[in-house]
Amino acid sequence: MSNVLSLTTFLPILGVLLLLFLPKDSKGVLRNVTLAVTVVTFLVSLLILTGFQTNAEFQFVENVPWIAAGPFIMRYNIGIDGISLWLVILTTFIMPIAVLSTFTAVEEKVKEYMICLLLLETGMLGAFISLDLFLFYIFWEVMLIPMYFMIGIWGGKNKIYAAVKFFIYTMVGSLLMLVALVFLYFKGMQAGMQDFSLLNFFALKLDLGTQIWLFLAFAFAFAIKVPMFPLHTWLPDAHTEAPTAGSVILAAVLLKMGTYGYVRFAIPLFPEAAHQFAPLIATLAVIGILYAALVAMVQEDVKKLVAYSSVAHLGFVMLGVFAFNVEGISGGMLQMINHGISTGALFLIVGFIYERRHTRLITDFGGLSKQMPIFATIFMIVTFSSVGLPGTNGFVGEFLILLGAFESQLRWWTIIATSGVILSAVYMLWVFQRVMFGELDNPKNQKLLDLNAREIAIMVPLLVMIFFMGLYPKPFIDKMDPAIKKLVAQVRVASVNAQVIPAAAVQMQMPAAGQPTGMPQMPEGHPGGAMPAGHTAVEAAPAPHAAPAVNPHGAK
Amino acid sequence: MDMILVPVVNMTPILPEIFLSVLAMALLLINVFSPGGNKSYLAYFSFFGIVAAAVLVGAGWGGHIESFGGSVVLDNFATFFKITFLVAAGLTVLISDKYMEREECNHGELYPLILFSVVGMMLMASGTDLMTIFLGLEVMSVALYVLAGFNRANKKSNEAGLKYFLLGAFSTGFMLYGMALIYGATGTTRLYKIAVIVGQMTLPSANIMLVAGMLLMMTGFAFKIAAAPFHMWTPDVYEGAPTPMTAFMSAGPKAAGFAALLRLFLVALPTLQVEWSQVLWVLAVLTMTVGNITALRQDNIKRVLAYSSIAHAGYALVGFAAGNGTGTAGILFYMLSYAFMNIGAFAIIILVAKKGETNGNVSDFAGFGFKRPLLAVVMTIFLFSLAGMPPTAGFIGKFYLFSGAIQKGYIWLAIIGVLNSAASVYYYLRITVYMYMKEPTEDFDWVQVTPSIALALVIAVAGSLIPGIVPSYILQYAQMAVKLM
Repeated sequence: MSNVLSLTTFLPILGVLLLLFLPKDSKGVLRNVTLAVTVVTFLVSLLILTGFQTNAEFQFVENVPWIAAGPFIMRYNIGIDGISLWLVILTTFIMPIAVLSTFTAVEEKVKEYMICLLLLETGMLGAFISLDLFLFYIFWEVMLIPMYFMIGIWGGKNKIYAAVKFFIYTMVGSLLMLVALVFLYFKGMQAGMQDFSLLNFFALKLDLGTQIWLFLAFAFAFAIKVPMFPLHTWLPDAHTEAPTAGSVILAAVLLKMGTYGYVRFAIPLFPEAAHQFAPLIATLAVIGILYAALVAMVQEDVKKLVAYSSVAHLGFVMLGVFAFNVEGISGGMLQMINHGISTGALFLIVGFIYERRHTRLITDFGGLSKQMPIFATIFMIVTFSSVGLPGTNGFVGEFLILLGAFESQLRWWTIIATSGVILSAVYMLWVFQRVMFGELDNPKNQKLLDLNAREIAIMVPLLVMIFFMGLYPKPFIDKMDPAIKKLVAQVRVASVNAQVIPAAAVQMQMPAAGQPTGMPQMPEGHPGGAMPAGHTAVEAAPAPHAAPAVNPHGAK
Repeated sequence: MDMILVPVVNMTPILPEIFLSVLAMALLLINVFSPGGNKSYLAYFSFFGIVAAAVLVGAGWGGHIESFGGSVVLDNFATFFKITFLVAAGLTVLISDKYMEREECNHGELYPLILFSVVGMMLMASGTDLMTIFLGLEVMSVALYVLAGFNRANKKSNEAGLKYFLLGAFSTGFMLYGMALIYGATGTTRLYKIAVIVGQMTLPSANIMLVAGMLLMMTGFAFKIAAAPFHMWTPDVYEGAPTPMTAFMSAGPKAAGFAALLRLFLVALPTLQVEWSQVLWVLAVLTMTVGNITALRQDNIKRVLAYSSIAHAGYALVGFAAGNGTGTAGILFYMLSYAFMNIGAFAIIILVAKKGETNGNVSDFAGFGFKRPLLAVVMTIFLFSLAGMPPTAGFIGKFYLFSGAIQKGYIWLAIIGVLNSAASVYYYLRITVYMYMKEPTEDFDWVQVTPSIALALVIAVAGSLIPGIVPSYILQYAQMAVKLM
């Protein structure tokens, strides 16, 4: 089982080979085979989860030579730690759902579509598990191609503009990162390193000037992918034009590449520069949160609204990550997964009504809850999750982010960002109200059918995750905790002039937030795990946590 | 003990050239004495001849034989480039047959001319004397002038031939003048001797005759490799020439130009590296930028690839400006990969076009992706390789070229290079947009893949993909080639 990671990553490629031999007219077979491949991939990836040891080390490592020529040595060097573990699982978890959502949505060119989906899965998984910078870059770029075709071929009426914009935006950023990567390699070579191994580069001491340039190049590439204000403009286009499965994958996994890039590469590789730029990035993140929320509020197209809400959510993730403390980064990582689940679910919901009515304009709807009660319930739960209502997954992530950022040098940014939480409640609840409540006066809406069994089956796993992560996030946080602690230590040791809150202060605060009962295996002074565990005792009770941070949800 | 008489002239280094010349002459005779009609068998003869020549060339790997008094050398550098030329010629021969028949200019002289121009290229790569290089260049060029104007009935082809000839002759003048000045400054035409004499000069960069000679030669070669601002002939000639010849011209002579230029500058003028490196820096930036920006606005697909071919010369010049092992090996790798991907793309263009080169616009590919899925996937592979997307040979090639510049400290050159590369993505994507994202206006039922084109496509796809996934071997060969020069 030593190469289970490779197996997970390349199973979809095997699926592609299988699809190539199937006739293109037997759509049912193509769909079911693809679904089977993604489900098997998910099941195999569960082996990673069960075999994962809760420590800070990279596990399931495979390291074999790949390219060796001239000054460069590239290796097929893969492995995961607590940071990438959940993103890998999220990817394999979302894929069957995305595939299932296309069963009726995509009627034309089914074979090509399924091939794109599977290629995309391999690309995404590969990027999350790469420990060789060059290998990471290859997967990072390869991902672009299937997504480009998915938007361009099966997209809406502006699909070509959106697809090309998506491709070129990402390409510009990543090519500059490539230059930085090569530059970094030569710096490493001067220090005696011999390959692109990420772990070696962590040990490389660079002077601040070099760090700043390299950080800028990396940060630019990742900022486009996140996307951060003001580089976000490709996202609403891509989301609006992409087919449902494309939007789901884009939101759930692809955007995480950007934030993951910061956590895995940009920050630990150039810690001092990261500290220098933290205020700037936090400012952009906060602007992104507020700006995207305001723009989302006035959208007429539900899908565009969800797309802008993505920008806001990822602003929170960035804020948490740049707090450089355990709470902030844990919250950021958790929020990445939450956002994947809740925004993925939102795009599926938009897809459901679009398939029925072929419109996404808010004004075309109203009063749907009478006609589609199941749909209304699911939509409501997902809305709550997206808003961050306690008891749902969104709360845990946002709370940790705000807590972490508040305790860090980014206190003032946090205070402003908190208003974004309120804004998100405003636009999400408002759109929910306009679509689901009111008079069912549009005659076209009066014959709408409620969700069918397949559609409910798509949503159930997501709903389960929403509540599971909202009520009992401990297993998630526990697995990632050692890796995050290591990262924080890495960043802290390297930083000279950063104002990081001493660990002791954090630990002193945490017990006040409600000591868990019946969790003896939890280490003492474990701030990440201790906090949310309180949820298990008091279901959906935000009370213990209301004290340290502003809790906008109480206001609703 | 008897003296062993060593022959003055060792023919071994030019054995493949002799073989190909004899084959070309034999084919000319066969063509004359065989009645008109189908000339396909000549294509197959040439193809197998080229394969045999490639085997002969490959057998010389690892050796270092000088001959003809040091004016020709057989080394790894020459061998690597000769393989590149033979790949280009072999693929061209395979894609020519169908096209020539369709355009009704299926004259048997085509194949011997291709072979002669390859002989010229091979001499350029082997030449270690200004005279040999010049002779090779002329043998190559004269054959190419004829090939560009080969479709006599077509006005544009005539224009292409004449334009290529006039501008080519003009550039040859520059080159010859440059060579004369270098001879004047150093008193020799042997590259190794030039290096010694220049090395003994106290301040070679102040020797006006030497520097002027270097610059004039660079100008002449810049014409041949289509570097800006000496690129003006390229789009018209590429558009007018018969498509297989365009494919050939974009890959073969460009590689030959780089071969001669590399040997000239790295062997004869390494003492002036600071100077020529700066000039090449500027040339590279100009060439990439002009090529890419003008390509953005083209509608004719041959012109798109013509301008993009200018840009590709610019990428290779980035590696040349770096002048280190990484960059120069990158050029060798890139020229070989470029032969595969570019000729492959032209093969698809030949298939999609109708008689008289109608259907030559990017928009004529509308809906091709779903009418002929396999061919469209193949075209997409070539386009992504040209755009430098992993995992293709084009990416690895560019990676090494730009890395060479970064290693040398030319960070800005690398940044300008990658930004250019990003811009180029736009016009390559545009073709995929038409293939996959526009509704078909035609059913492409005239697109017929002959066995020879199928073979060419298989080779080209393999050559564009495999070195992208497992590039080590070819890169190592390329590095051995530049190391032992």
